[in-house]
Formats: sequence, structure tokens, C-alpha cells
Amino acid sequence: MLNAKNIQYNIGKKHILNDISTEFNPGEFNMILGPNGSGKSTFLKIFSGEINDYSGSVLYNNKNIASQKKETLAKYRAVMSQQPELSFPLMVDEVVMMGRYPHFNFNPKKKDFVICDEVMERMNLSSFKERNYLTLSGGEKQRVQFARVLAQIWEKPAEGIRYLFLDEPLTSLDINYQQEFLQIAREFAKKDTVLVAVMHDINLATQYGDKLFFLKQGKLIAHGRPKEILNQALIKVVFGVDITIIENPITGAPLVIYT
Amino acid sequence: MVCAIAFGAVEILPSDMFSAIQHFFQGKDPANIYEGVFIQIRLPRVLLCAITGAILSVSGVLMQGLFRNPIVEPGLVGTSSGAALGASIVFVMAAKFSPEFKSFTGPFLVPLMAFFGALAATYVVYSLAKNAKRVSIMSLLLIGIAVNAVCLSGTGFMSYIARDPQARSITFWNLGTLSGASWLQVFIVGTVATIIFILSLRYSKQLNALLLGEEEATYLGVNPDKLKRRIMLLNTAMVSVATAFVGVISFMGLIVPHVLRLLIGSDNKRLLPASMILGATLLTLADMCARLILAPAEVPIGIITSLVGAPIFIILLKKFNLLQQKGGYNA
Repeated sequence: MLNAKNIQYNIGKKHILNDISTEFNPGEFNMILGPNGSGKSTFLKIFSGEINDYSGSVLYNNKNIASQKKETLAKYRAVMSQQPELSFPLMVDEVVMMGRYPHFNFNPKKKDFVICDEVMERMNLSSFKERNYLTLSGGEKQRVQFARVLAQIWEKPAEGIRYLFLDEPLTSLDINYQQEFLQIAREFAKKDTVLVAVMHDINLATQYGDKLFFLKQGKLIAHGRPKEILNQALIKVVFGVDITIIENPITGAPLVIYT
Repeated sequence: MVCAIAFGAVEILPSDMFSAIQHFFQGKDPANIYEGVFIQIRLPRVLLCAITGAILSVSGVLMQGLFRNPIVEPGLVGTSSGAALGASIVFVMAAKFSPEFKSFTGPFLVPLMAFFGALAATYVVYSLAKNAKRVSIMSLLLIGIAVNAVCLSGTGFMSYIARDPQARSITFWNLGTLSGASWLQVFIVGTVATIIFILSLRYSKQLNALLLGEEEATYLGVNPDKLKRRIMLLNTAMVSVATAFVGVISFMGLIVPHVLRLLIGSDNKRLLPASMILGATLLTLADMCARLILAPAEVPIGIITSLVGAPIFIILLKKFNLLQQKGGYNA
């Protein structure tokens, strides 16, 4: 379980995040939504341990992450940022192997190779192994990065729970891979993983998300199960957009229609 | 290597080399002048050359990896130009130094001053680039360029006020020279190089992770600030030592990592040892050319490395543009 208590983060005098307390449970797919500049990425960076100079505390399984070493954290916490680039050419399998770096010293062990193969198999990337990462399309790069991130926490850690953070993971994916991506992520969440993703597409968020978190100007405005919290007024307040909500005839989930 | 030892102003036969080594280990004096040249002059020179080549290339890999930028070369953070300034001060002002100081340093006056010049310039760059505990790569690069310019103008001023032979010494030093190689130098540079090569291999994984960017590297358990400090330290130490003895040799550190990235990819675990070997080989070849072209006179080795290195570099760039069109090697 991830607990955040009274998170306050300022840059200069500007409040980026304002007194946020919340919790994320393993096994659930948590979706963060909000307008541009509402603090979503900062939110993720604080929970994943990248930003340290905030006030308040973030606890993984009741242990404060500020007191944990980066090396240790990297064994059971993985993060996929927005569009990471590579400065020199590397093969796809070399990039995926980077996800195993926290787990070995100098040379990868047999287990590390097996895990990389499994991940690439699951992501349908096996035929890409020998490709130069820099020659891939934006969407392909994103899938390789996801494979790298999954490889990092593929095994269940001794601590029992894994933590996975995704920052707008779908930006360059086509509709087919968006669905595939979210399915794999949800599968992963079911296996003792705390999963938090920043999303833009409300309908995908309601389709896959167990809980939605709405941020506006650094404040957590609403959170809960999609069916319980999603309504016209909330979207108007958060995004300033007029919508209508109907029921998805197939899944029964709320479906947002822009009017 | 054997070729490089054999050819030169005095040619040495392999049989002489062999017997010279035999005599050397038996504690006897060299039997003839060829053996003497081999043991006292040629062998240390070729070894110093190979080690220097390895240092410059490994340093190129480290710096390019750290800056995540393919146009970086070891001298960019002020190390070479600081050394040049230090050396030129000695050439011009040596007469004004106190005799005690000179007798204390002996023949190491130039290397010592060059070494401290290199350290000082790099330290200035690093501490100016430091901004509230963090060192951003961009400011390191920009301040490096500025400090290089200052050192360069200092060296320029020194050659301006220098008398003719002094000015020639500065020019010659700035182009690199291996002619003064001795066993002591080989020992010093070799020891430093060995230690630092082993240490830098340990950082190959972290440097790979840094290719993804600092944030991603952090998520993989790397502390980028610590890594930057360590790599800067290793790099400065070995480049200052090498430069102090052989002067400024340009282009090696830029070109070797590039050639190898095209050949074997960018994994630093392979790149570091490979650049060691290729760097040593190329600089030994360059030194052989330097000795042979105008034999018995010598061409400064820096002229060879730049003259041959630059066109090769341009050819590679052209090729790499082609790759870029296919979406390949962009940086």
C-alpha cells in the first residue's frame, strides 16, 4: 500500500501541490486526471521518489521512501516517464536489459536474460530485439520503454509489493496498442502491484481504472470509483468542458461524450 | 607494436630486441647501440604512446557518455587547455622561478605545472558549473568553453611575450610530443591508467543507464550527481597526467569512441575496453608516422592525429548522416 500524508510542494512561492493526502492499494489501477499544469507529473515524481524536497511523507508499506536508498527502491519500484530519449544508438534488447540493472552488479545473470525474453514476448517485441532503438517509431519506442520498465519489476520482490508509475504512457500509441498496453498494465496491477498512471483520455481511464483521482491547481478535487464520482459537474469544474455521460452499452462503464 | 618499435630514425632488428630484453632481465648492459636505443628510447616511447592513446580514448568514451553528447572530447572541460597554459608559463617564465624550486622539480617542472594547470582549470569549470549541489551538463559545457577560451588566450599571451625558442617550445608542446619518453614516465602514466581503467569499467553500467537521461537513471537506482563527480574526477586525473608528459594531442578522444560506436554499438561495457585497444593502436601508428615522415627529424604527433583524424571524422559524419536519414544515429 502507498500512503501519502500532507504532501506540500512549492517552487518559489507557487504551490505546485497543496496538502494532498491519499492512498493507493495494490491490485487496483489508479488513474490520475487533470488539466495541463495541474501537478499530475509532479504528483507522480513525488510518489516515485524522484523529487525529495517536499514536505509531508510518502510511505510504501508503512516505510518512508525518503529513508530508503535509490538502489534498493529501484528493485521494486519502476517508472515510465514521458518520452525518454536515448542519446546513443543501442539495440532494443540492450534497452530492455537496462531494466535489470538494479538487480545485477556487472554482468547480467541467466535469470535476467530469461526475464527480458519473457517481457519482450508478452509485449510482442521479440522480433525487435536486434533493431536499433533510434530507428523505431515513437509508438514502438514507447512499447520498448514499457518493456524495460516491466523487466525492472517483473519478479515479485521480497518486500511483497511492487510499485509501478506511468506518466502519460499512451501518447504515441495507436488504438490497438493503447488497449493492449492497458490490459498488460491491469494484469500487472492484479499481481500485488500498486499502479498509478497519469492519463488524458477519460474514457480509457474509466474503462480500465479502478479508481480515478482528479487534480486541479495542485489540489486533489475528487477521487473514487468511476461510477461513483464521475459526473457532468465534476468535469466542468476540473476541465471547464461541457459533457454528457451515458452508459457504455457493452461494458456498462460511464462513457463521456463531448457536447 | 613490434613494427612501431622497429622503425624510426634508427632501425632495430627483432633479434636485437629479443637479445636486449634478455640482457635487460639478466641485469647486463645492452650489448650494442641498437639494444641501447631499444631499451632506453624506443620501448618506453612506444609504451607511453600506447598508454596515452588508451587514456585519451577511454576519456572520450567517459566524457561523451557523461555529457550524452557525441561532439564532446576530453579537453572540453578545460583539462587540456589548462595544462597548455601551465606548460607555457614554465617555458616563458622558467628563468624567474627560484632555483630551489627548479632543483626540487628537476626535469619534471613542465609536467608538474601542466598537471596543476589541468587540475586547476577543470576545478574552476566544475565549481563554476555547480549550482546548489547540482551540476547541470549544459552549464559544464558552456563554462568549459569559456574557461578554455581564457586558457587559450593566456597561452597565446605567453607565446606573444616569449622569445623565439620559447615560443617554439610552446607550439611544439601544444602539438604533442612523445620524444622525451622515459621509463619513469611510463611507470607513472601506466599506473594511473591501470587504476582508472579498472575503476571506470565499474561505472559502465551506470553510464549506460545515464543514456536514458538523468531522471530515468535515478529510477534505475543511479545517483547521477555522484556519478558525474566520480567520472569527472577519474577523467581529470588520467587526462592531466597523460597531457602533462606528452602535451596536447587532439582528436583521439573524439574520434575513437565514434568509430567504435559505429562498429560495436554504444554499450559502455564493450566500448571502454575496445576504445582502450583501438586508442593505443591508433596513437602508436600515428607516432610511427610522426617519426618516419621526416626521419631523422620528427613531426609533432598532434599534427598527424589532426591531419589524419579530421578527414576520417568528416567521412564518418557523412556516413552517419546517411544513417540518420534512415532514422539511425541521431544525437
